Amino acid sequence: MQASSKTSLASEQNQKSQLSNNNNNLTPVMSMKGITKTFPGVTALSEISLDLYPRQVTALVGENGAGKSTVVKILTGIYQPTAGSLSIHGQDIKFPTPHDASEAGVTAIHQETVLFDDLSVAENIFIGHAPKTSRGLIDWKTMNAEAEKLLQTIGANIDPNLKLKDLGIANKHMVAISRALSIDASVVIMDEPTAALSHKEIEELYDLVDKLKADGKAILFISHKFDEIFRIADRYTVFRDGEMVDEGHLKDITENDLVEKMVGRSVDQIFPTREPSIGAEILSVVNYCHPTEFSNINFKLHKGEILGFYGLVGAGRSEFMQSLFGITKPASGEVFIEGNPATIRNPAQAIEKGIVYVSEDRGKQGVVTTLPIFQNVSLPSLQHISKRGFLQIAEEFSLAREFTRRLDLRAASLDQHVGDLSGGNQQKVVIAKWLATQPLVIILDEPTKGIDIGSKTVVHEFMAELAAGGLAVIMVSSEIPEILGMTDRTIVMREGLIVNEFGRDEMSPEKLVRAAAGIKEST
Amino acid sequence: MKSVINALKSRETLLALAIFLLVLLVSSRYPAFSSVESLSGIFNDTSILMILTLGQMLVILTKCIDLSVAANLALTGMVVAMINNIAPGIPVIVLLLFAILLGALLGAINGYLVWKLDIPPIVVTLGTMTIFRGLIFVISDGKWINAHEMSASFTAFPRYEILGLPMLSWIAILVILLFIPLVNRTALGRAFFAVGCNPMAAVYTGINIGRTRFMTFVISGALAGLAGYLWVSRYAVAYVDIAGGFELDVVAACVIGGISIAGGVGSIGGAILGALFLGVIKNALPVVDISPFWQLAISGSAIILAVALNTLSAQQKGRVILKTAGQGA
Repeated sequence: MQASSKTSLASEQNQKSQLSNNNNNLTPVMSMKGITKTFPGVTALSEISLDLYPRQVTALVGENGAGKSTVVKILTGIYQPTAGSLSIHGQDIKFPTPHDASEAGVTAIHQETVLFDDLSVAENIFIGHAPKTSRGLIDWKTMNAEAEKLLQTIGANIDPNLKLKDLGIANKHMVAISRALSIDASVVIMDEPTAALSHKEIEELYDLVDKLKADGKAILFISHKFDEIFRIADRYTVFRDGEMVDEGHLKDITENDLVEKMVGRSVDQIFPTREPSIGAEILSVVNYCHPTEFSNINFKLHKGEILGFYGLVGAGRSEFMQSLFGITKPASGEVFIEGNPATIRNPAQAIEKGIVYVSEDRGKQGVVTTLPIFQNVSLPSLQHISKRGFLQIAEEFSLAREFTRRLDLRAASLDQHVGDLSGGNQQKVVIAKWLATQPLVIILDEPTKGIDIGSKTVVHEFMAELAAGGLAVIMVSSEIPEILGMTDRTIVMREGLIVNEFGRDEMSPEKLVRAAAGIKEST
Repeated sequence: MKSVINALKSRETLLALAIFLLVLLVSSRYPAFSSVESLSGIFNDTSILMILTLGQMLVILTKCIDLSVAANLALTGMVVAMINNIAPGIPVIVLLLFAILLGALLGAINGYLVWKLDIPPIVVTLGTMTIFRGLIFVISDGKWINAHEMSASFTAFPRYEILGLPMLSWIAILVILLFIPLVNRTALGRAFFAVGCNPMAAVYTGINIGRTRFMTFVISGALAGLAGYLWVSRYAVAYVDIAGGFELDVVAACVIGGISIAGGVGSIGGAILGALFLGVIKNALPVVDISPFWQLAISGSAIILAVALNTLSAQQKGRVILKTAGQGA
């Protein structure tokens, strides 16, 4: 109680949290009952229930795409559930807007919090609900005092007058947390809060979570890291493919059982049957290192092979691929292509040597929307269709025609602007563009992220076709079924290092998750 | 039929139509306005603006802006005028090439600062604009170079007529003819659009963004240098403030011509028509007896109208979410 009075800002409106503190641990502060959320063509959540208890940390566990972030968005009023009900302190409630959710005392600390670098700490904490003077101006005195009080409650010694950009990452995080607590919350959602923190900072965060618990708050903790979950959570809820599969107390379950519940699935996705014919070595990477992102990367890749790179988000997979492609420079290491040492300093050299990279972010890194289809397809191959410095438009068209036809691109004409195409067709333009360079190695970074099941199958079939055609494919993926269904071999990365490698026959969901999360093999 | 409608809807067609209507309107009261001599006079008068607008177009395509073009023009113009004054024997063609080279060098300074030091282009060119103007004062001591201090061949060159058209017009036509293959038929030309529309995608396809931008500044500078000689010889005078504020006319012509300030969108036709639109207004106003001061207000309104049209056409698109909506196309 005494701790709670410290954090409450508007203590006269404090009835809600008073109520929660008077409740015993068995009554949930907040409940989701039978919540279903559908998007056109996709069911993100199917009749899930979730209870959050005061003084308890509930860990929400599940693979990518299990529906965790949809839950967060429903709890914070960003999405509206298609069916089902929300209740707070036993009363039904609706959150038509994020503002309503924060009014009701639900607050979220996100993995990447959006803060304003050029504003002061206090302004960042109170932006949107700054205390006002009677004349309607911002009451700076009160705001700074309140900000200081808030920061102290969470054990951060930061001057509220400092500009945010002068703080380190850990302190920025503290500001983000203070901001979340600046509304008088009874439910605190932490969405992968440790993803960007160092070891020491994570310990501090644990202390903070303990403080929030002591304050009587109900905490929903989302994390992929099992050591973390077992360290601070009291309860768990497991989601799989949009359904709640289990819940209970963490003291009653082992890490291995939790992993099994998380990945154990009926395989409903159909992957193309492949008869891989693995040929000669095409790419060999030796001792590839970067000062801060990854280290000691060694592997070989063969003709006709699909090599998976699995790991948690932030394990350094994309960073390594971008470096291999020449976007960022490595500190040391060697690359051999077909046995010959290759120097790759920029993407143009990578493309020239036969390595192409299809990025995760189609919008930012993929297509040029204001150019027509044929000019997008030819973009990386312009040198090859030029004669004496001039582009051969006829050749350009035939190049585009050949590769878009192979991918079954649906467009009125090749003159059509890419911006007018659907997302799936834009993806095809990107792939056609890369195939037109006639690469040896194609790196696909999360090739099916955010696309529906039908399009996924098309991408998978196509990937199998590429490998059968003799291309060496690297697929970075965080989706276990995709790794199991598509790859001949998978390398698991964790915290910038290769921690394990599995052949097609050795792979199992449990082994992959354990390796990626750093859980020791059990008997 | 559809392609006809699409062609009608394009910015270039609308602009050409607007220019045509403007000419028609003025000549309904002053028939002489639409005579061949008058129209070719307007073209000749707009030549320098067209040349600079084409250069600026490339810069804007790559999401940059070059505010130093008019200062570059004035500095190069002053330098060639001074050379001509000191050594009248040097052939005009040598001076012309020198002006292009000097302009390109000044443009390269802009490009280098944008490329290697990553300074925002508006800041770089605002700075060099002031520096170039200051340099003119330093080298000329603030003095004018007048017609009688220039050699006859120096001032006669832009007026030299071939097939009834002055050299000035022919040079503008030559620049346009050089631009068509540059923009449409070279890898560099394609890179201008890719860099402006989606810089990240450009990087991933192996395009060097910095180098591409550098090239646009060099080309814009070279054209400013060329325009420097043409301006000084045509008006037969060089001093610190020639073409003062002209960079804004150039940017205005680009915007009116449909070149998106956000980068990645634009065409040679649009740039030329944008410049011609301003040229026609400038020449029509004295004819219909409206104060030239109105010209500023009118070209200002044209800019806002052009941007508003752009925004409207962007809004109309929206996303295709309904399945039935996409099938008709």
